[in-house]
Amino acid sequence: MSDQEAVLDIQGLSVDYGVGADAVHAVVDVSLRLARGEVLGLAGESGSGKSTLAYAVTRLLRAPGVITGGQAWFAVDDGPAVDLMAADAHQLRKLRWSEISVVFQSAMHALNPVMRIGRQLSDVIRAHRPGLSSSELKQRAVRLLGLVGIDGDRLGSYPHELSGGMRQRVMIAMALALEPKVVIMDEPTTALDVVTQREILEELIGLRDRLGFSVLFITHDLSLLIELADSIAVMYAGRLVERAPARTLFDSPCHPYTYGLRGSFPALSGERSRMTGIPGSPPDLRNVPSGCAFHPRCGYALEQCRHDTPKLLQLAGGTADRSVACWLHDGDRTPPAELTDHPPVVEAGNTVGGAA
Amino acid sequence: MSVDVDPELIALPDEPVVAVRASRLRLPRSPKILIGFALLVLFLLLAVLGPILAPHDPSATTADLLQPPSGAHWLGTTQSGQDVFSQLLVGARSTVLIGFLAGATATALSIVVGVTAGFVGGLVDDILSLVTNVFLVIPALPLLIVMAAYLPQSTSSNPVVIGLIISLTGWAWGARVLRAQTLSMRRRDFVESARVIGEPRWRIIGHEILPNLAAIVMSSFLFTVLYAIGTFVALAFLGVVDVSHWSWGSMLFWAESLNAAQVNAWWWFFPPGLAIALLGTSLALVNFGIDEFINPRLRAAGLSRKVARRAGLPRRAKLGLTPVLGGHR
Amino acid sequence: MPHLLRRLAFYLVTAWAAITVNFFLPHLMPGDPVQNLVARSEGKLSPQAVDALRVQLGLSGHQSLWGDYFRYWGQLFHGNLGLSTSFYPAQVSTVLSAALPWTLILVGTATVISFVVGTLAGALVAWRRGSWLDGVLPVSTFFQAVPYFFFALVLLIFFGNDLGWFPIAGGFDQGMSPGLSLPFVGSVIQHGFLPAVTIVASSIAGWILSMRNMMVTTMDEDYVLVAEAKGLPGRQVVGYAARNAILPSVSSFSLSLSFVVSGALLTEIVFSYPGIGFQLLQAVQSEDFPLLQGIFLIITFAVLAANLVADLVYTLLDPRTRQEA
Repeated sequence: MSDQEAVLDIQGLSVDYGVGADAVHAVVDVSLRLARGEVLGLAGESGSGKSTLAYAVTRLLRAPGVITGGQAWFAVDDGPAVDLMAADAHQLRKLRWSEISVVFQSAMHALNPVMRIGRQLSDVIRAHRPGLSSSELKQRAVRLLGLVGIDGDRLGSYPHELSGGMRQRVMIAMALALEPKVVIMDEPTTALDVVTQREILEELIGLRDRLGFSVLFITHDLSLLIELADSIAVMYAGRLVERAPARTLFDSPCHPYTYGLRGSFPALSGERSRMTGIPGSPPDLRNVPSGCAFHPRCGYALEQCRHDTPKLLQLAGGTADRSVACWLHDGDRTPPAELTDHPPVVEAGNTVGGAA
Repeated sequence: MSVDVDPELIALPDEPVVAVRASRLRLPRSPKILIGFALLVLFLLLAVLGPILAPHDPSATTADLLQPPSGAHWLGTTQSGQDVFSQLLVGARSTVLIGFLAGATATALSIVVGVTAGFVGGLVDDILSLVTNVFLVIPALPLLIVMAAYLPQSTSSNPVVIGLIISLTGWAWGARVLRAQTLSMRRRDFVESARVIGEPRWRIIGHEILPNLAAIVMSSFLFTVLYAIGTFVALAFLGVVDVSHWSWGSMLFWAESLNAAQVNAWWWFFPPGLAIALLGTSLALVNFGIDEFINPRLRAAGLSRKVARRAGLPRRAKLGLTPVLGGHR
Repeated sequence: MPHLLRRLAFYLVTAWAAITVNFFLPHLMPGDPVQNLVARSEGKLSPQAVDALRVQLGLSGHQSLWGDYFRYWGQLFHGNLGLSTSFYPAQVSTVLSAALPWTLILVGTATVISFVVGTLAGALVAWRRGSWLDGVLPVSTFFQAVPYFFFALVLLIFFGNDLGWFPIAGGFDQGMSPGLSLPFVGSVIQHGFLPAVTIVASSIAGWILSMRNMMVTTMDEDYVLVAEAKGLPGRQVVGYAARNAILPSVSSFSLSLSFVVSGALLTEIVFSYPGIGFQLLQAVQSEDFPLLQGIFLIITFAVLAANLVADLVYTLLDPRTRQEA
């Protein structure tokens, strides 16, 4: 991927909570590239740093979060890319929502309970595009609601008058109000029931196809990403451990953690198979294991894994852009068969989605 | 019965304070709370030792009429030559005593009403809430004046009686707060599990609920004492309460009715007024501390000045502007 | 709507309670109330006044207690609060109707100013947390603890006596005739200035502190972060938070009003302002019980009305109350 294509280029971003000796390293040296129109899924357990990363990129992280290093280059139309880490309040304000917007996890808490949703949709438009008349603003708001399938006469409703699914749709409509290049979605469907979840995700895909924005989709549910994402990045204990195109990640995960994640949820079709989880629990970020943070739970751990933290390595061979942070794939080593590009087809039912 | 949005509800800590272990007690270190506490102790001492320390009999008249502060009379004298300083010291006792007595009675009453209403619920809750709200809305001072006015002469000079009727108007607020907290706690897991196990009600209230309410009860107590002192002083100022007993309020009564203001005898009414203000401030400051203990978000958190400067960060991060280490934002 | 109706019903119940207490109080105290009053008044009551009092309190022995109670209600509905003994034979309602507007205007104006300025200040202090504005808090706390009338005395001496900037007594210049003329209004403002400042200064701290505390909590909410994420100008982000943070201040209005009323009464006394407070002092000093009770009722009704207005405002501010699901 050439530099011109990346709309968001995160380089070596590190984020701590707190300052000094007691600081907790929530994100450590993460580099990611988001291309125009790409849907990048960011997956991991709670505490993996995925949400922290997303909020830190937009400088929306609450205290005591502190960014301790790295840059986040954002491509703007008029001029060179802007490093969001170095931007001042004025620049950030300009970029926010018009170029990058965020969909929060719980729409009930993310919508102002005492303001009508029409007003919440239009105030951001007014802030960034002054000079629009109020009727124009209203028209745009109606159109936005129409985008997500909500009737225009709901403009005067308050958040508590809408159902959970509708609220989340309003959030998505709101995020698209200024036609941004990047939309960050922080577990947007976690609070919803499965049926609504499906509907919203499908709408999202449709919208993305129509409007062509990039999406950074954060979730702990890997299974959602297979249909939604173009590529997936997996985080563990604040670090990036694997990145690959979505389908490839599912078919042939290279990192033991990803492999374990994939085996953690059952396929809906195909024969029944034994589920493997990942033994142990995610590390306490104040007490991260030495070397590779995953090694205590890893079935393939080597001696080196206990001492040296693996760096993200580009995998040679294969068609697409793949990287993994694991000593198993380092240099001349031969990784176990199930962790290669072409894993053997396992006993019936274990490939995701049934028939490949 | 609809419940208003109670701000006190939000102040409850996320984790129940199960047992007040010493390690859990993060005692506040902020200076204003320590000052408040120190002042409070000072006034309590004054209340106890005042009459002993007073150089003169406060009611004794002398020939030095309306003298400004001097060596002989540290705070000057009144219209009839009485020593203001002695009046202040002696008056401290009844003022502080009645304030704390009324505060304690009112707090006890509010615990009984509030916790019962919150815990039992149903019709009992409806009735108790109604009574609480009625007492809350009815203006206290006019009611007290009417009540005190009808008391026979002998009773109205009894400080205990005064304290009691003041507490009758001061319990409602605490009851409302405690009811709200009890309600929210009743639904919490640790209370539910106690119920399921079959613990008797009184045990649940005594062991599970009350310890967690401790901080709020304390805060409510201090607030009520503040109110009681203010009300008592007001009643004395108006002359509703027997003014032959010395208290800060009665000092102000005499100062007002003998026109101390008009003759610029500031030393006469400044001391009691200032004393009341300081006592009130100390109570409020200690209350601050308790507030911050209950709601950690109110604490003056953020980085210490040294750490912040060394790291090149602002002391308090602005919302929406995550600080970058080494940056100049 | 159901929310408001419920509040109205509550206020009616409270009014009933106040009236009932007012009626029964003389009967609850030990001894014959009229004898007590005569003893306390030390000869200030004329025989006619005593008789009128007896009839009024229902102690003339002609009717049963319940009969008197209903008669009392009847009187109230006719606006008859009894006869004042110190202004005998003037009606209590007459005495009070002259004083009431002064108090209402003074307290009403001062409370509104205090609320508005206090809430704005509280929001600002919370927003700029960690700045010098935090120093406002201990200062406000101190002022909150200063008794109203003490503050009034200080202002009276300093600005009234010493500097002579403001008059030290009365509601308006003695020579003027009341009316809506400019000089009269100007004089009213001049006389009401110091009392109003006293009330505002003593009550504003409560609003500041309560708003500040609520803002700190509200600013942790997601929707405030969303407002920042939207790139809205600072004012609007504060607005997002403030519009929610103000709700508890409005709903706890009744408690605050109770304090303001007490303080305002005492302030009026210090400034010899011709309002209800002044009448109150008069009534206490002359043992004019009908007047005292009348004042209690009037103040209670005024407070209830103010609370109803506050509830109305709350309903307007919080859309969630309009729907009782």
